[in-house]
Amino acid sequence: MTTTRLSQDFLETRYIDELFRQNLEELLAYGISAGADFVEIFLENIDSIGILAEQDTVTSVNPSIGKGVGIRLFLGQRDGFVSTNDLSEQGLKFALDQALGMLGLDKSTQTKASFDGLQELKNYGKTKLHYLTDCPTLRESTNKLLEATDLLKKNGPHLSVRRGSYSKTTQEVIIAASDGTFCRDLRLYQSIGLNVLALDKQHRSSIGRRIGTEGKPTTLMDLDSEKAAIDINASAEKMLYAKYVDAGQMPVVLANKFGGVIFHEACGHLLETTQLERGTSPFENKLNQKIAHNAVTAVDEGLTEGAFGSIEMDDEGMQTQKTTLIENGVLKRFLSDRAGEMRTGHKRTGSGRRQSYAFAAASRMRNTYIEKGNYTPNQLIESIDNGIYCKSMGGGSVGATGQFNFSVEEGYLIKNGKLTEPVKGATLIGEAVDVMPRISMCANDLDLAAGFCGSISGSINVTVGQPHIKVDSITIGGR
Amino acid sequence: MSINNSLINKNKLRDSLLSLSNELNVQKWDLGASIGKDVSVQIDKGQPKQLKASQKSSITIRAWNNNKVGITSTSDLSKAGLKKALSSALQASDFGNAEETPDFSSLSKDDLPKIDRPIRKSHGVKKLLIDLIEAEKNLLNIDKSIKSVPYNGFAETIFERVYINSDGALRHMECTQASLYLYARAEEIGKKPRSSGSIKVGYGAEDININECINEAASKTLSHLNYKPIKTGKYLVCFKPEAFLDLITAFSNIYNARSIIDGVSLTTKDSIGKKVSNEILSMNDNGLHQANFGACSFDGEGTPTQNISIIEAGLLKGFIHSEATARYFNSKPTGHGGIGAKASVSPDWPVIFRTDGELAKYPNLNYRETNDEFVLVESLQALHAGIKASQGSFSLPFDGWIVKNQEKVSIESATIAGDIMNVLKSIIQIESKQEFTHQGVSPHVWVEELSITGDK
Repeated sequence: MTTTRLSQDFLETRYIDELFRQNLEELLAYGISAGADFVEIFLENIDSIGILAEQDTVTSVNPSIGKGVGIRLFLGQRDGFVSTNDLSEQGLKFALDQALGMLGLDKSTQTKASFDGLQELKNYGKTKLHYLTDCPTLRESTNKLLEATDLLKKNGPHLSVRRGSYSKTTQEVIIAASDGTFCRDLRLYQSIGLNVLALDKQHRSSIGRRIGTEGKPTTLMDLDSEKAAIDINASAEKMLYAKYVDAGQMPVVLANKFGGVIFHEACGHLLETTQLERGTSPFENKLNQKIAHNAVTAVDEGLTEGAFGSIEMDDEGMQTQKTTLIENGVLKRFLSDRAGEMRTGHKRTGSGRRQSYAFAAASRMRNTYIEKGNYTPNQLIESIDNGIYCKSMGGGSVGATGQFNFSVEEGYLIKNGKLTEPVKGATLIGEAVDVMPRISMCANDLDLAAGFCGSISGSINVTVGQPHIKVDSITIGGR
Repeated sequence: MSINNSLINKNKLRDSLLSLSNELNVQKWDLGASIGKDVSVQIDKGQPKQLKASQKSSITIRAWNNNKVGITSTSDLSKAGLKKALSSALQASDFGNAEETPDFSSLSKDDLPKIDRPIRKSHGVKKLLIDLIEAEKNLLNIDKSIKSVPYNGFAETIFERVYINSDGALRHMECTQASLYLYARAEEIGKKPRSSGSIKVGYGAEDININECINEAASKTLSHLNYKPIKTGKYLVCFKPEAFLDLITAFSNIYNARSIIDGVSLTTKDSIGKKVSNEILSMNDNGLHQANFGACSFDGEGTPTQNISIIEAGLLKGFIHSEATARYFNSKPTGHGGIGAKASVSPDWPVIFRTDGELAKYPNLNYRETNDEFVLVESLQALHAGIKASQGSFSLPFDGWIVKNQEKVSIESATIAGDIMNVLKSIIQIESKQEFTHQGVSPHVWVEELSITGDK
């Protein structure tokens, strides 16, 4: 646990010797010889800590440590997956036998199929040892959080609740597969949350902000706590006396950064091969067809330095890439993992991701955003007579048939091309196929924001993003 | 009653901790451990898709040091893993909150309630797979408009929990559970696809009524094929039990002592005895209820699970507590605490019922017989996005129907919005029949004048 800093004893690399390799190869060979088409072993070693500061006190420090293995076998288009944190030789063999049994295979089904051995280890983590030593100590971390909650108080006249949270996860993964894949990575995820509740008689407002990074040890210490406190308090004050929004259909301008959750929910999920496999994506047969307005070019990538959704390799050992999903409104590509490629024919895009060893990888988003356009944010607002400006978004989700929704944390009415009074209680709802063609203007201020995305392979770190965009018409749920 | 060898040896675990605590000079400690095994299957068009199994263990150790507490979680139950975790918890205690130090629950050695639940043997992947393939086939055969069952799964699990402390408490329980879900997608030419489904839970796979799940998934899905938009406005609303339970649980800060202390509740310490809802509403939190298949006999702090009265005839009657919140309120722990440096408090099993002797404003409202127009809310969506728990407001997409003269037409796409405290006070009828769901117990609950936004 990182009360000070992690030592290299934490790493599994000290075990990666010829014997370790042989053990993995024996397991893989056993699976292949029993008749599996493909065998993959995912080993995870994790050290994480969560800290919560409330008002002026650190109320919770939660370290956790753990290891586990996920073993996945394919036979045709079927797969069997077993996870365990019994890492003994006996435990791993039992898990592999269990996975084989799921596919109707065992020692008696032995074939002549051979396994050619693992390739040389591709060690993406070898240049990242500073992740272990350059993060702040626990003492430095708690002090920084207390500074943040103190600055919230100094800048917030109506705040009754002030919370600062910090989580840091150091994750080491090793992947070995029967196609020879043998790679390792070291990842460092950090997340800072600041949340307030403002109260004045019957009026209440709650505002939150989140910062998330990958591979940036100094994230917490780099936080400009005063700037963040001023920003959060300004929003809390405005929303404290906001009226509930009237429901209806109207144009909206969605701010940059976390405004990108609309694309993530409305479209991004439907471009994952996981959705194609289920037959639940309306875009299934739309490759190279127009699915969005000309103004929309959208990408998903794992490359942006420090972004929360960045990964050097995915959880199936494939190097990350930049994938253009939509270009000038035309659908160009789906996000695919190993199972997705096998079942849908769409080539892998380095998008196989999972929360932990306990989940099989699935096609998931990384850093997903709409590219910038040529307008200024003001030009978008000026183009609307009566609508809503969504400055800050809450979370959202997408249903089985493509309906999406997301909440507006901080919104303002637009009247005759100008921002007017703040409004609360708005939810944006619609369907991807209807809304994508209505994104008619993109501003020139692309920016990204960190978030967590929950889906079939668990909760993973992602980045959403966009410039300010205008949606010509959308349903606003309100009072 | 146990049919398997225990997954966890509680006496060995206790002895290990006793030995390690002596070695590390930790005088006061406790731990919560869980270990589980599960198997699950998913299929696609008659073919197995993903078959999963897992063995999982986790342990959380707390160590006291000069009136401060540190904590560490680990998945490693070996002696080396336990030593590392205890040592880490001791280090973390330097950062414990001296203003609110948790203690052992005063009830951690009391007798546990007897939970007479059968422990079922695992049937394994093959049996689950055969049953699920058959279920998918039967569901698809019910109506030609049902094109697929994109979300489906059949799972069985066995888990054990242990709580041990240095004061001699030693708790252990085991539980088996199985679940089946079928979520169908129906489509007619020229219309949007519509989806709905059903979930069934039991002690084991043999306790699941598969046909009931199939029929419920089909009837729900088909009932949404005839859809139309709804005009934005205020409506008389009837919540089905699952929907009302979702709503009340999302605002459990009303009766959560932890939320009250943290200042994020809609009530205060002084709200006991005050009116929070219409008089016809009463509510308990009863983790021991017969319909709770996953009932645990103790919480994360070793406190026995109890039946707690929360709302009685519209008046706030009690809060749910951990050890620390109970001490703060000069009360007793209620069996709702987690194990932590700051123990969380979570609701267990809500049981909603109509207050005996109280007459509803409109006692004749009945979701099957009422002729007046109303909106029947089947399920609420995206609660994580549309609930502002500390503000009391919600704005949620939902699945449901507009009903008039007992004819149901599905609502194409809409959200329902309101303020929970107003909703509770605007309840005008609670039907007499309680329905058991996989998340609690509730009758149909009627509320007047709720805002609904549609596409019209």
